[in-house]
Amino acid sequence: MYQYDEYDQKMVDTRVEEFRDQVKRRLAGDLTEDQFKPLRLMNGLYLQLHAYMLRVAVPYGTLNSKQMRMLGHIARKYDRDYGHFTTRQNIQYNWIKLEDAPDILADLASVEMHAIQTSGNCIRNISSDQFAGATADEIADPRPWAEILRQWSSFHPEFSYLPRKFKFAVIASDTDRAAMRLHDIGIQLVHNEAGELGAKFFVGGGMGRTPMVAPEIRDFVPADELISYAEACLRVYNRYGRRDNKYKARIKILVHELGPEEYSRQVEEEFAHMKTLGLNPPVEELARISEFFQDPPFDKQASDDLDLSDPDFAVWVDQNNSAHKQPGYAIATISLKPRGGIPGDASSAQIDLMADLAEQYSFDELRVTHSQNIVLPHVKKSDLYAIWQKLDEAGLAPANLDLITDSIACPGLDYCSLANARSIPLAQKISKRFADLGRQRELGELKLKISGCINACGHHHAGHIGILGVDRKGTENYQLLLGGSGAEDASLAKITGPGFTEDGVIDAIETVTDLYLEQREEGERFIDTYRRVGMARFKEAIYG
Amino acid sequence: MVEAIRLRDDEVHEEPAVSLDSFLDQSNATAVRIEAGEDARLLLPYLDRLSLVEIDFPAFGDGRGYSAAQILRESGYAGELRASGDVLLDQVSHMRRCGFDAFAPDSPINPALMKEAISRYDHVYQATSDQRTPIWRLRHG
Amino acid sequence: MKILTGNDLKTGDVIWWTGLDWSRFVKDATDVGDQGEAILQREEAARRVNSPYIIEAEQTDDGPRPGHIKDRVRALGPTVRPDLTLKPADPDAGLWVI
Repeated sequence: MYQYDEYDQKMVDTRVEEFRDQVKRRLAGDLTEDQFKPLRLMNGLYLQLHAYMLRVAVPYGTLNSKQMRMLGHIARKYDRDYGHFTTRQNIQYNWIKLEDAPDILADLASVEMHAIQTSGNCIRNISSDQFAGATADEIADPRPWAEILRQWSSFHPEFSYLPRKFKFAVIASDTDRAAMRLHDIGIQLVHNEAGELGAKFFVGGGMGRTPMVAPEIRDFVPADELISYAEACLRVYNRYGRRDNKYKARIKILVHELGPEEYSRQVEEEFAHMKTLGLNPPVEELARISEFFQDPPFDKQASDDLDLSDPDFAVWVDQNNSAHKQPGYAIATISLKPRGGIPGDASSAQIDLMADLAEQYSFDELRVTHSQNIVLPHVKKSDLYAIWQKLDEAGLAPANLDLITDSIACPGLDYCSLANARSIPLAQKISKRFADLGRQRELGELKLKISGCINACGHHHAGHIGILGVDRKGTENYQLLLGGSGAEDASLAKITGPGFTEDGVIDAIETVTDLYLEQREEGERFIDTYRRVGMARFKEAIYG
Repeated sequence: MVEAIRLRDDEVHEEPAVSLDSFLDQSNATAVRIEAGEDARLLLPYLDRLSLVEIDFPAFGDGRGYSAAQILRESGYAGELRASGDVLLDQVSHMRRCGFDAFAPDSPINPALMKEAISRYDHVYQATSDQRTPIWRLRHG
Repeated sequence: MKILTGNDLKTGDVIWWTGLDWSRFVKDATDVGDQGEAILQREEAARRVNSPYIIEAEQTDDGPRPGHIKDRVRALGPTVRPDLTLKPADPDAGLWVI
């Protein structure tokens, strides 16, 4: 994986000192909260319900065991012994003291990590496919491209005060594991007719109160023009994105109001100008970065044979492991969704254990997924049993990847000052109601996503089943949505009808899953049956 | 009106800046002020005779002025480019990178601190109109 | 009754105005009547509190109970982690929030 050189290191070190100075000025009264807020946000520091919250970037979801251990160390030393992995491949700490924040950033910088631009109206952490470099279905590793974008977007002087936040995702396969088209800019690496690698741009996707699937804006941007094209996309947005209304300020609204053709035309005009300015790193830079993402030294003799005589292990292998490009290896996903647990939370001990396993069994690499799990990307199949036993002991072996209890949930009203309702207790109750693994597996792939407010951090618009918590006259109320997807078959979920109480919405989920089991045809997932049968049938079952 | 902090050596341009509309109406002005949201590209035909362009920041979080500045510099504007309005210490280094070389903040900024802020980072990741050498070029010569 | 809340500038702790000072416990909160705006301006300027605001609360036998669920969550702590709330020994503390 990527290693900082002296320049990268100096940039993050300088940032730490800059922020230390800003915190000092805030505490001394030289900065008002209004002035300080965007500065702390651009270093990932929020003021949340109970305390300051720090969001640390895991660029394109990749980290090594040393970095993972540092995340555990921060949880122990500065927080309350746990962290929360988010849908954008970040980790959040909920109990941070402002006076500690500069020291935490310094600790992160010591292992080539940072919290730069994990918030604020700027370009956020670049996310990517958690299986990058390990899956056989990609045409290239997307991470070198993501790293090029990370460097370009870090401290970008023209694009640090955009109308609103800005999120990129980069993938390189037709299977979308990163909700690419629900980002402000989604990039898919593709080959052109000449066989050259380039980027297909989708612009103007997003969730929030006006969810949109990003339309394709350009089918091919050559590698050596990536940055000037991205600059063109951003400049049109920075100049013309709405600033009069916070809720209409995302680029999706601009693209929607102009229409994708007109937006694209304006970008092309800007791009023609940008190409003359020498903004693009040379191809040697992409080559330099790509060197860091070469395959680890796989054992070419590794066997595909597995002893599956332990039935619990066999289920975990079947459910949580994905095909690796290298024979004899697997991609193992560690589910952070134990029965009745808090989706995405991990204790410092669990974080340390995952780091140890990565060091011992996965060429020192881990990944954070957009569904709030952790991946060991390069595991020899013959090591899987030993890994599983250690995970199981630590409560990290739920065999529920992509099943109904593998839900995404935002922190909700338990932690978040924007929330209208709690999300986590609902995820916990659903996880208990559907605890029977046989039943979950019978239901098959079912993406359940819960948000505690309309900002949609829990991706409810992209859930096969989505839940949106709302405030109804001071009481928590939950709306049920059906038919969304954040994958390559991206679609937006629709609200079924009037909302429910917490228990009521779980009953409704049971009703729709029962209807699915009754109606499904051979090979259909929940979402497929829903799309074939239609909302009316499901509505009728729920509301009678 | 506070006195501008200038990072250029030439004489201060005395003529007051006129609004963009007035500038486009009367062809002999040499100083112009553009508001956030006005199109800096309308000035491109006149860059040769402009000595001062003032770009207003109505609020420090309104970043349109950064693009306006870049557009003018990218097209060869060499006169004074002044940021006015809600210009704060923590944004001046980004402004500098986008080509501003004078600052007229609503609330005064200590010039020594400004100098420190502008020179804080030894290197930069992007090529912008301040012509600093981006890190990728240092890596590849 | 009207009470004042905010966060401690340095630590981020949720705090409540007692009439003399700030407390981490909502039971110490005092009715500020129509003085709220003046107090919070003064306290914020003195950097003894960050982002303070005035809320409606109801006086009960256990002390003030904030009118909105969000402030009750703030007053107690996350309902999903009773061990991290201000009443870790009370398993029913979460009921006060709902």
